[in-house]
Amino acid sequence: MTAQAITKKDLRSYFTKEKLHRFMFGTREKQGAGKMIAIYGLLICIGFVYLYPIFYMISTSFMDQNDLLDTSVKWIPSHFYLRNYVDAGASLDFVASFFKGILIAGIPTACNILVDMMVGYGFARYEFKGKKIMMAILIFSYILPKQVTMIPTYVLYNNMGILGTIWTFALPALFGNGLNAPIFILIFYQFFRQVPKVLMEAAAIDGAGHFKRFFRIAVPSAVPAIVTVVLFSFVWYWNESYLTELYVQGLSGNSIWTNLVVQLKNFDSSFASKATVGSTATSLNESVRMAATSLSIIPLLIMYLILQKQFVESIDRAGITGE
Amino acid sequence: MKIFGKKEKKPRIKLGKLESREARMGYLFVAPWLVGVLAFLLIPLAQSFYYMWYNIRITPNGMKFTFLGTGNFTQIWLENPEFPQQLVTYIWQTLIEVPIIVVFALMIAIMLNGKIVARGFFRLIFFLPVIIVSGPVMNLLVSEGASSIPAMDTQAIVSAMETVLPVSAAEGIGEIFSNMIMTLWYSGVQILIFLSALQKVDPSMYEAAKIDGGSEWECFWKITLPTIKPMILLCSVYSVIFLSGNEQNELITMIKDAMFSGTKEKGYGYASAMAWMYALVITLITLLFFLLLGSKKDHYDRLVKKHQKQLKKEEREAKRIERRGRRNAARMEKIQRKGKFTTYDGSGDY
Repeated sequence: MTAQAITKKDLRSYFTKEKLHRFMFGTREKQGAGKMIAIYGLLICIGFVYLYPIFYMISTSFMDQNDLLDTSVKWIPSHFYLRNYVDAGASLDFVASFFKGILIAGIPTACNILVDMMVGYGFARYEFKGKKIMMAILIFSYILPKQVTMIPTYVLYNNMGILGTIWTFALPALFGNGLNAPIFILIFYQFFRQVPKVLMEAAAIDGAGHFKRFFRIAVPSAVPAIVTVVLFSFVWYWNESYLTELYVQGLSGNSIWTNLVVQLKNFDSSFASKATVGSTATSLNESVRMAATSLSIIPLLIMYLILQKQFVESIDRAGITGE
Repeated sequence: MKIFGKKEKKPRIKLGKLESREARMGYLFVAPWLVGVLAFLLIPLAQSFYYMWYNIRITPNGMKFTFLGTGNFTQIWLENPEFPQQLVTYIWQTLIEVPIIVVFALMIAIMLNGKIVARGFFRLIFFLPVIIVSGPVMNLLVSEGASSIPAMDTQAIVSAMETVLPVSAAEGIGEIFSNMIMTLWYSGVQILIFLSALQKVDPSMYEAAKIDGGSEWECFWKITLPTIKPMILLCSVYSVIFLSGNEQNELITMIKDAMFSGTKEKGYGYASAMAWMYALVITLITLLFFLLLGSKKDHYDRLVKKHQKQLKKEEREAKRIERRGRRNAARMEKIQRKGKFTTYDGSGDY
């Protein structure tokens, strides 16, 4: 009885309220264990929920017909089954679509970089009349949905005869009006404003002309911004299916241009037509659909894993948030 | 040297030679964009504004215009109830989804901003959706039911909502909850923007606040939030625009379908009218966020100004009291004088 009382008392003196609080919430120098557990727990839970669709997609894509129907198979397929990928790849016309997709995303991106950089530099470095109005139009053109200008632009391309070719993406990009170009121009604008003016003046005194200053000083110093814009522009063009279908394919059905997401959009019908030709093809089920989805995101996923550092630090280094 | 020599010879009032040449170079640099804006933005904008009052039929000889006046609008609003319905649902969805996206992004950013061991890894996870989100991929994932949070009973939420809110709103909210992960997936870029902004908040401010006894909770509301307020605006507008151009959005599919519809009343004019209404709604939503979140002045500037105003007001009050006191004193004196010195006729003035 007495021994117990002593231990209780000891415990009480040992585990004081302050100590517990310090352990859970930490002090100024050290973070508390409770807080750390809470943060990591939350991050891991949210992270899992966040990636749930991808896990689901990958797991389902390896299942065969029996696994899909078997309720005891939930996450891990009973055996390694690659047939879905073979079928989906054939229906997507994977290799051709992949390379065409690279061209569809790559060519406008290259145009975007060159022109947006120039325009951003012009806005950042020079003072001229009407600059404020132009900046306002720039922002307005970002807010305005593309659907408003889509119809006359479609008619314009049709009259120019470039509908169904890559020019429908490259031409606006060459004139600084590509996909999300206002964002890129603003990124460059923000970036070039932070390049010290003294540098430019020094170059000017040493006899560098306006273009020499741009190409020799501004462009090399803007590498972080260029990386950001290249990545985002490429990803956004790659993932664009609405405008790709409308302009680059021209909705005529006989255009040679296509990319993986457009192929994925029309997957059901193309799979059906392929299935009637090849007799051994399996029936269309969610496994095949998920396999097709995985195939269409794998190229970018690989690119992301290779260039992860550039991606996640892109916004930090492009100076969008100032300083 | 040459430049200065010329400048002395021919002095200009408006712009110096150097300045005007600089301005010319500026125009040269933005010239491609100017041409582009004219060709791909302003002229199409005017054209589609013109189109929306017409019925346009495509014939082998080109487009045939028939003037309708507001015919397209009455057609859309009265005879095709789907578009207005979708529009209302879209407004509800945007107004709810954008705060969810922004708050979620801010939450994750704050968690990642602390001393986290695997920060790079978590950043990798939370940015991943940015490279995946495209219309077809999202549509497929949604149709397979992979987009709802596994442990959440969405049906219960929807039925609970329906009792409180109008049907169109409840429908939109239900859709949001059943596609919660997709909504959260749109916050990849925003997380990075917030993270980058949070790391640029001056740490000495937190130190000062802590010395004055401020808790972390207070620090968040009084320091973090006001400092990153411009970024909140930026993220909100980005989210609105992203949602508007997103292919999950049925409105833009409807516009495209109307554009190529073979029926007599639909066509380019009809689709233009739809697009203009859609643009108007988006502009209004963006403006709303600007009004709610945008303020040019710095938060601290505002506090200081408020304080100064208060001080001035007190000063004025003090002055008024003083003035009143003086006036009263003068009056009293006058009355007293009146009592003492009366004029010969007794009228009180000379």
